[in-house]
Amino acid sequence: MDFSYNSLVAFSKSWGLFYMMGFFLCVCVYAFWPKNRKRFDRAKHSILDQDDKPWQK
Amino acid sequence: MPEMFHRKIERSAVLFVLAIIAAASVGGIIEIAPLFTIDETVEEAPDMRMYTPLELAGRNIYIREGCYACHSQMIRTLRDEVERYGPYSLAVESRYDRPMLWGSKRTGPDLARVGGKYSDFWHVAHLTNPRDVVPESNMPAYAFLARNQLRTEDLRDHLAVQRTLGVPYTEEMVENAARDAYGQATPDTDFAAGVTERYGDATQVSAFDGVTTHVTEMDALVAYLQILGRLTNAAYRDTAATEKPPEAQD
Amino acid sequence: MIRQLTSSERQNALVIALAVAIVGIAMAAVGRSDVLGVHGVIVMLFGGIVAYLVMSTFYDPEPTEDRAASYYDDPIKAGIILSMAWAVFGMFMGVWVAAQLAWPDLAFDAGWSTFGRLRPTHTSGVIFGFGGNALIATSFHVVQRTSRARLAGQISPWFVLLGFNLFCLLAVSGYLMGVTQSKEYAEAEWYADLWLVIVWVTYFILYIATIARRKEPHIYVANWYFMAFILVVAILHIVNNLAIPVSWGSVKSYTIWPGVQDAMVQWWYGHNAVAFFLTAGFLGMLYYYLPVRAQRPIFSYRLSILSFWGITFFYMWAGSHHLHYTALPHWVQTLGMTFSVMLLVPSWASAGNALLTLNGAWHRVRDDATLRFMMAAAVFYGLSTFEGSFMAIRPVNSLSHYTDWTVGHVHAGALGWVALITFGSLYTLVPSLWRRERMYSAALVEIHFWLAIVGTLIYVFAMWNSGIIQGLMWRTYTEEGALAYSFIDSLVAMYPYYIARAFGGLLFLIGTVVGCYNMWMTVRSVPMAARTADVPVTAAVVPGE
Ligand code: HEC
Ligand code: HEM
Repeated sequence: MDFSYNSLVAFSKSWGLFYMMGFFLCVCVYAFWPKNRKRFDRAKHSILDQDDKPWQK
Repeated sequence: MPEMFHRKIERSAVLFVLAIIAAASVGGIIEIAPLFTIDETVEEAPDMRMYTPLELAGRNIYIREGCYACHSQMIRTLRDEVERYGPYSLAVESRYDRPMLWGSKRTGPDLARVGGKYSDFWHVAHLTNPRDVVPESNMPAYAFLARNQLRTEDLRDHLAVQRTLGVPYTEEMVENAARDAYGQATPDTDFAAGVTERYGDATQVSAFDGVTTHVTEMDALVAYLQILGRLTNAAYRDTAATEKPPEAQD
Repeated sequence: MIRQLTSSERQNALVIALAVAIVGIAMAAVGRSDVLGVHGVIVMLFGGIVAYLVMSTFYDPEPTEDRAASYYDDPIKAGIILSMAWAVFGMFMGVWVAAQLAWPDLAFDAGWSTFGRLRPTHTSGVIFGFGGNALIATSFHVVQRTSRARLAGQISPWFVLLGFNLFCLLAVSGYLMGVTQSKEYAEAEWYADLWLVIVWVTYFILYIATIARRKEPHIYVANWYFMAFILVVAILHIVNNLAIPVSWGSVKSYTIWPGVQDAMVQWWYGHNAVAFFLTAGFLGMLYYYLPVRAQRPIFSYRLSILSFWGITFFYMWAGSHHLHYTALPHWVQTLGMTFSVMLLVPSWASAGNALLTLNGAWHRVRDDATLRFMMAAAVFYGLSTFEGSFMAIRPVNSLSHYTDWTVGHVHAGALGWVALITFGSLYTLVPSLWRRERMYSAALVEIHFWLAIVGTLIYVFAMWNSGIIQGLMWRTYTEEGALAYSFIDSLVAMYPYYIARAFGGLLFLIGTVVGCYNMWMTVRSVPMAARTADVPVTAAVVPGE
């Protein structure tokens, strides 16, 4: 297949859209996945902890 | 399944980076990639010529002084712009422009078609102190340009790089770059004859700043301003424009 | 500066500094008659001074404690100082160029002081000097605190910070001498660009390596923004700056992109520089310092994730709205417009998230000017993204483009969002980093706040007026169907607004100077905090309560 201007444009216009919708779906699944809830809660509170040292293992 | 996938994304910083690339790169690729094949859609302009070495040097001074910060060189397809500045700009007209100087701010008027609109003398007076010519102007004074000798010895390298990038300068043009720069600003010399021979009879050879003993940055800049919009007539064909391109004045 | 380095690390630092100095000598030699020679000398001096600083304390005692048990704060402190210094420089240049537009004779009879050369010293000075240093400093702070791990390098943070400032120095001094690629926000020439690539890749590796060391399982969302900022800026910078130098001894280069392609690449860069430099990075600040200062967790973490991916995804498409009605193919313009409008959703999600975080803490916003800085920043962020989406619509753009309206829009974002969030973050950070009880003077923070707000409003309203008047005058027709106003008519109408803008900018600049003084006095004369708090002093210890 040769890459003419028009075929590239057509490809961009159609697959670009599908790509975006797919991406959006993945992000939503991630953000609303019930199991992630705890993790997010912990993350948002963790920056308020008062400690001044890196954690050592 | 998604759960595992996301756990991984989160855990592994590298995967996360890849996700950012996946999100961020498509937009640019989709918009820019087709433009590489744009030659097919760019208008034909067989009459288009390249910048002469003097004009190219002038263009570089335009860049150096940041004229683009106040002047655009892109007439949009809007009625008032076409009536004010001339036929709208075509893609082909900036084919040899590296970088393009379309600009984004019009503190001063658009310059895409300023070539031929004023005399060389007007430009020199205006650049020396704009307020002598247009009292309301807030354009800076560029009197120092007339005091600076134009640097010509490296113009050869400039043309050579342009050639590498695909601008059709001939070997002869590259070799004679410095001579031609000198010649274009010193009419009636042997040097001047070489310029018209290589770049066409329509090339404007003139003592731009009125002094023929040496070539200054003022010469180069005015030479560039005078060619703006006149590298090709393409914009005057096939458009609604009724005008003809302006004749050279000097 | 090198107190925390072991002796072998000190040696390495010295080697790097000397290598930079040698490169400078080489540049000076190759570039003899060219401006490149001057830049060679600057690079040489820069490397030499750093080498001298390293040497001067070379034999001081090495650190004895376990370094991994504490955060690495020295480069952050230096970054804050550099950021404020660049702020004063860049905004002074802004006031100068603003004044030149009103009184064009405010220049010397020499090239370096003309508007065209000074303007990029302003834009680079504030965006890269002020904004960039603030981003580097805060990103180093946030990544350590949220990962609960020390930076993954001892020399590399200094290399990133100082290397970046060398880039800024080359860029800004270059413009004054007429060295520029003319690409907006990418004016620096090829050798400075190459150097920035090295610095930036180091930054990226350092950041990733630190995150990989984290003790928290989850990467806090502020880091996402910082990572997107670092990564995408690298991509943009490399693609947009591909160029061939005229010769090794010349500062001048020619970009490989011609005409339309250059226009598209440039505005893809230009717009995303706004998106990922001036937005994503500063959102990183917002998502950390605002909750910390307010002592309340972010309103919705999920929303912050959604808006992160929205912004990362959509922004890249929007650049072509800078090229409406030009020779760029129509469909690309339309795509740019559509995505620009869609961008409003994730943008407002971020702004809303920030404001809702403050819901219930409004009394703190009232009493604490630092928090108010951040609240106002979120409001301006919301306003200017709305305005941006609006201006991306083709017919609106036909009026606004090329006029001062754009400049007004840029500064609603630059002053109202970027500068305010930075000041809010720095006022939070300075006392905690230097372990002071509080800022030297709460009253001065308050004064700075009001100077900044009033300055911004004067600036933005002046430019809205002038821009819209200008745009309308250009397109007004007489009854006979001729253009009603000459260009000069529209120029004359601008002067009152140019004067007002210069005044608004001056207020903003004074505010910044007040801020510098306050920070300086905080470090010099405020007593050490009794308890060393990691997280910045909370509102409870803020004076005035
Ligand atoms: C501060 C912004 C500013 C800068 C920088 C600037 N100009 Fe101007 N320019 C103006 C303004 C305003 C006008 C309209 C008033 C006048 O003619 O002086 C103008 C007018 C012009 C005109 C006449 C256009 C016409 O159609 O009447 C030319 C040619 C010109 N400028 C060239 C230049 C060149 C070349 C440079 C760089 C060396 C430059 N300008 C830099 C603001 C600027
Ligand atoms: C003291 C405050 C400031 C003043 C007085 C000021 C003034 C100016 C002026 C006069 C211009 C040129 C406008 C023109 O060409 O007509 C400008 C452009 C610009 N400034 Fe500022 N500025 C200030 C602060 C800032 C800050 C803090 C930032 C960013 C963080 C910023 C970012 C920019 C940008 C991106 C442009 C280019 C706009 C464009 O191309 O449309 N400015 N500024």
